Amino acid sequence: MATLIIPTPLRKYTDNTAQFETGAITVDAAIEELTDSFPGIKPHILDNNGKLRSFIKIFVGEDDIRGLDGGDTLLQDATIVSIVPAIAGGNI
Amino acid sequence: MSIQEITLSKEELARYSRHIIIPEFNLEGQKKLKAARVLVIGTGGLGSPMLLYLAAAGVGKIGIVDFDVVDDSNLQRQVLFSVKDIGRPKVEAAKERITALNPHIEVVTHNVRLSSENALELFKDYDVVADGTDNFPTRYLVNDACVLTGIPNVYASIFRFDGQVSVFNYQNGPNYRDLYPEPPPPGLVPSCAEGGVLGVLPGIIGSLQANEVIKVITGIGETLSGRLFSFDALNFSTRIFKIFKDPENPLTGKNPTQTKLIDYEYFCGIPQAAEQAAQIKEISVQEFKQMLDTGQDIQVIDVREPHEYELVNIGADLIPLNTVTSAVNKIRRDKPVVVHCKGGVRSARAIEALQPLGFDNLINLKGGIVAYAKEIDQTLPLY
Repeated sequence: MATLIIPTPLRKYTDNTAQFETGAITVDAAIEELTDSFPGIKPHILDNNGKLRSFIKIFVGEDDIRGLDGGDTLLQDATIVSIVPAIAGGNI
Repeated sequence: MSIQEITLSKEELARYSRHIIIPEFNLEGQKKLKAARVLVIGTGGLGSPMLLYLAAAGVGKIGIVDFDVVDDSNLQRQVLFSVKDIGRPKVEAAKERITALNPHIEVVTHNVRLSSENALELFKDYDVVADGTDNFPTRYLVNDACVLTGIPNVYASIFRFDGQVSVFNYQNGPNYRDLYPEPPPPGLVPSCAEGGVLGVLPGIIGSLQANEVIKVITGIGETLSGRLFSFDALNFSTRIFKIFKDPENPLTGKNPTQTKLIDYEYFCGIPQAAEQAAQIKEISVQEFKQMLDTGQDIQVIDVREPHEYELVNIGADLIPLNTVTSAVNKIRRDKPVVVHCKGGVRSARAIEALQPLGFDNLINLKGGIVAYAKEIDQTLPLY
């Protein structure tokens, strides 16, 4: 099982779940599983076309998936997938 | 002035002795600090520890940019300030505090809002910029101005329990746009009213930021250039990610398209969001009071969170923003419905979400419960 790490600003959409275990074998499939389980998080990480929003970064281990195979990046057992949003401070 | 020409007085040698006796740091490191010119953008939660530590460490010239005044709600995290500073320009209070801490340094204040018009001119007098701002337009402005002037940008950012630190535009390393090409639209990030931040978090993250500034200046150790440090204060988990150099970066990618500063408010969608908000009917707190006083048949909805409602409320029906679209049966369609939150932003978003569901009777309370507490009922607490 791979583990998705949910950042604190997005946990309000995952019932405060900080780690989401998934049997998915690609990043895209893992994100789909997450958004199926917690539909409220979907608009915050994917745009209307289902594409990852540009202010959300996904890292597999320590690598940005843009430098790997993007959404097709394969997940192994015990892979850590981190969702890292842009944060700017208190103001919009 | 070259490092060789820098001298330290007897008093300075005594003051910095704990630096000078570190073999990797020694007298040369201290001289580099004295020769350095650092511009700190923002004297808030991050700027507070950063300014204190950079001043204490002996950075020769520190510039401070901020246009704000000290507010009592700042004191929960902005340890640079005291109660006596409330109402004073932040740069003035900050200068007084850090000059008292270290009279051997030069402190220059810039009591201005950083903008596309003044950023390049301001930056050119400094060797390092430390970004401690609190909003996306300024983040992109600082980044782009650093790239255009060739100055390293020591970056830190906080939100609630999360912190990030990196070093951008340093020794051909990546910059902020490699990490996040575009900002979130205003509607998708929690606003200041519902955001919040754990007071000690900027203390932790701002200190790490000061550490990176000192490493960039002195050249010791390995900076966070090319890496993003991420801290979750709730779980106490720390992670370091590699930053991917984006070939599409408009400033430093394969085909750069941007050669000057742009309109960052527009880039971040703020005027567009304001225009959208203008499509929403709204009333002032005075008009709202009049509706209540004249016994007009209305429903009042509060879209804040339950813990905020508990803190202060005006007896409205509590339907938090996240739940409005699933609670439509609680919202009247047969009479005017006044929607309020803390300051008027979340209620506007609630109306935006509800209007497509056929509601044409929703009115936003301008300024929210804060305006109501200030202008109508002063017995209500502010938060």
